[in-house]
Amino acid sequence: MERRTIFAGWVLPVCLVAPQLLLTVFFFLWPAAQAMWFSLVRQDAFGIRTEFVGFENFADLFADPLYLDSALRTVVFCTAVAGLAMGTALLLAVFADREIRGRAIYRTLLIWPYAVAPAIAAVLWVLLLNPQIGVVAHALKSVGVLWDYKLNDTQAMIVVILASAWKQVSYNFIFFLAGLQSIPKTVIEAARMDGARGWRRFRTITIPLLAPTIFFLVVVNIVYAAFDTFATIQALTHGGPGKATETLMLKVYRDGLINLDLGSSSAQSVILMVAVVVLTGLQFRFIGRRNAE
Amino acid sequence: MKPHTDWLAHSILCTGVALFVLPLWLLLAGATQDGGAIARGELSFVPDLRNLGIFWSVLTDRAPGGSPVWRMMLVSAALALAIAFGKIVISFLSAYAVSFFRFPFRMLCFWTIFITLMLPVEVRIVPTYAVMANFGLINSFTGLAMPLIASATATLLFRQVFLMIPDELVEAARMDGAGPLRFLRDILLPLSAANMAALFVIVFVYGWNQYLWPLLVATDPKLDTIVIGIVKMIGGDTVTDWNRVMAAAVLALLPPVLVVVLMQKWFVKGLTEGDK
Amino acid sequence: MATLELYDVRKSFGATAVLHGVNLALNDGEMLVIVGASGCGKSTLLRLIAGLEVPTAGRIVLDGRDVARLDPAERDIAMVFQNYALYPHMSVFDNMAYALKIRGLSRDDIARRVGGTAEMLGLGPLLDRKPRQLSGGQRQRVAMGRAIVREPKLFLFDEPLSNLDAKLRVTMRAEIKRLQRRMGVTSLYVTHDQVEAMTLGDRLLVMHQGVPVQLATPMEVFERPATTYVAGFIGAPAMNLLPGVLCQGGMAVDLGRGMVIPFADGKRDGVDGRKLTIGIRPEHIVLDPAGMMLQIDLIEPLGSETVLIGRMDDGELLSVKVPGRAPAGEAIRVSFPAAMLHVFDAETGLRLG
Repeated sequence: MERRTIFAGWVLPVCLVAPQLLLTVFFFLWPAAQAMWFSLVRQDAFGIRTEFVGFENFADLFADPLYLDSALRTVVFCTAVAGLAMGTALLLAVFADREIRGRAIYRTLLIWPYAVAPAIAAVLWVLLLNPQIGVVAHALKSVGVLWDYKLNDTQAMIVVILASAWKQVSYNFIFFLAGLQSIPKTVIEAARMDGARGWRRFRTITIPLLAPTIFFLVVVNIVYAAFDTFATIQALTHGGPGKATETLMLKVYRDGLINLDLGSSSAQSVILMVAVVVLTGLQFRFIGRRNAE
Repeated sequence: MKPHTDWLAHSILCTGVALFVLPLWLLLAGATQDGGAIARGELSFVPDLRNLGIFWSVLTDRAPGGSPVWRMMLVSAALALAIAFGKIVISFLSAYAVSFFRFPFRMLCFWTIFITLMLPVEVRIVPTYAVMANFGLINSFTGLAMPLIASATATLLFRQVFLMIPDELVEAARMDGAGPLRFLRDILLPLSAANMAALFVIVFVYGWNQYLWPLLVATDPKLDTIVIGIVKMIGGDTVTDWNRVMAAAVLALLPPVLVVVLMQKWFVKGLTEGDK
Repeated sequence: MATLELYDVRKSFGATAVLHGVNLALNDGEMLVIVGASGCGKSTLLRLIAGLEVPTAGRIVLDGRDVARLDPAERDIAMVFQNYALYPHMSVFDNMAYALKIRGLSRDDIARRVGGTAEMLGLGPLLDRKPRQLSGGQRQRVAMGRAIVREPKLFLFDEPLSNLDAKLRVTMRAEIKRLQRRMGVTSLYVTHDQVEAMTLGDRLLVMHQGVPVQLATPMEVFERPATTYVAGFIGAPAMNLLPGVLCQGGMAVDLGRGMVIPFADGKRDGVDGRKLTIGIRPEHIVLDPAGMMLQIDLIEPLGSETVLIGRMDDGELLSVKVPGRAPAGEAIRVSFPAAMLHVFDAETGLRLG
């Protein structure tokens, strides 16, 4: 899309776009380029000698069972978080869209968690599930469940998934509600005249019309689960026990900034960038196609 | 619609609300209870109203080895505001330039900004850290804020807003004799005010809630944000003072939650219109 | 108060030529209406004059000064837009005052001029309202006021009435005409509505595919359309256009079906057998017991008159407008009065004589 009417001259616009462009070059393009360069070299332990090794860092990664485990874990984690957060949000949005009393209050009470920092969400879940102090943890123990996510891998995974999904529900809720409200009332009324009701109307009319929102949210939720949950996981489990909750993002952080393995962590960054580029590309293709229709 | 009460909707929504409000309530109630009792597993949903002073004492006391909570809140607020204002101003101007002018390499500029959409700060964290170290910006407020100011999202949002402004309105302004800067100030700025408010909410929350970047780039305790401070409190080797952690968490939640709730209408509109 | 002259004005967007050379001269105080179907280039022509587009070639001379390459702000031209383009965040007063403020007029002058214009347009009580609090007609008036208050050399109207409902359109049409007369400002008015064109213009410019095809007074355009395009465009229902050939040494046309009609206004050039297009307006066809047979296909009663759409023996349609009610029966007999025929060349579509 382009505007028809424009102002003349090029000095002013170049000045106006310059600050944004400078920030972009210094903090986005240059680091990205550096990551690509470092992913192709190897440094010795003292950082004195640098040697070009081609795609060896990548080859090493894909041969490393620890990396592959982490990748698989990330996929499971992202799927669970996206599914849980979107499912819950859709359920709530469908009922919040009904003509019921106190709609505005329900909405406010469901929207505020958007403001909760992922790290603070972790604190809230500690209060519920921490084996020593958590109220839900005590309830579980009292019915005979051996609950300690600091020792049990599966339980640890469940905790980080719950806390991460919990925080994302309100974001999805806002979008689902907006999506539902943008469905023309006449379409729903036409479906009612055609005799479609309840679940059937929801499945055959509402869901297809929500498809663009759903697709958009799938991408956003996967990106969220892959990257923004760093703080949640770090605060809850530090990636443990062992490496039971170490996603790719935690691994990049650990390898690059704790273990200082620049080559490997750069290669990991590049792989993550490619993943985001592919996801975003898909999203824009889809949205672009929708706009063209 | 149906005249009777929709019990199904109410029960599902109430369950949903409980899921979000109960943890918050527990946090509030726990803050007023005895730290030792909480550590023994006696956390209760009933607040101890005699202990409301805990919030004040947490705010002003200096935690061992760190800065006091009020200072961390100040750092968080400064960071969130700097990012919000910086991002709004820079994105507004650049979106204006690419939307209302034709200049050499305009599309190159636009795509350069656009691809940053695909590089969230988390992905390029290690190389960005290296670049900041080269600039000597580690452990500085500038280094903390700058990389978070640039992003394509806000530029794209403003561009979207500008594209919806009818051509005739721009033409009318030109016929009335308004030049580009006057148009920017008299027409575009007032027309984008609501979107700016929405963007402010989104970016303020984003800035306030940052964790990974501050963790890396600001190791000096003087630059600890409240979020960093709280994670430090629960992650340390020392025994965790749970009631103090909770009180701090309540304080950390207040500003962004207030901003979202008070500006809810604009924020929801801006979020759903902008990201698509 | 000004004159406007265009000399061979052309405009292309990339490889697409939109205007193929327009020459035009407006007299001081004249209202010229540019009319044509959408895509004929009429809006582009207006935007070139406004300064919102730069012509590919040609000169635009306003009051003796070539303004073709000047910024709109430097031309002293005001424009009323189709969607009004009011500033949504400004009050009615500020909308009207904006151009004056930019020109640095004093506060008192602005208040006086806006007040006067608002008075004239009946906008006085609305000065504090925002555009969204106004009805369609009121917004239209504010858009007019914004143009008038500037006291420009030239008014441009870009289909200003097309967003109004039918009744309001008639009222506003009359008001625009009165205002323009009273203020005597040279004006250009673009529309696709032939009724607006006929009623408003001192002269009409009919455009077709980027070329001006006729420039004349409204009645002249109606009575002596220059081409078959103009003939079909102006007048409702549209003029009937029938094929025919020249005969009797250029003195008559043979329309087939045994109809040979001598020209009322003399000989046409060319040899017998030259292909022609004959136009006759529906209201000029007369009922005639000795005339051609027409099977009635459709009857459209308009109240004071009736439009009959009939089929000739070869199946071609012909519209006939008769006063009062439709005649009884499934068929009628009609003939074409010789004086009412319009004669065009079949190939070029140009009027002959």
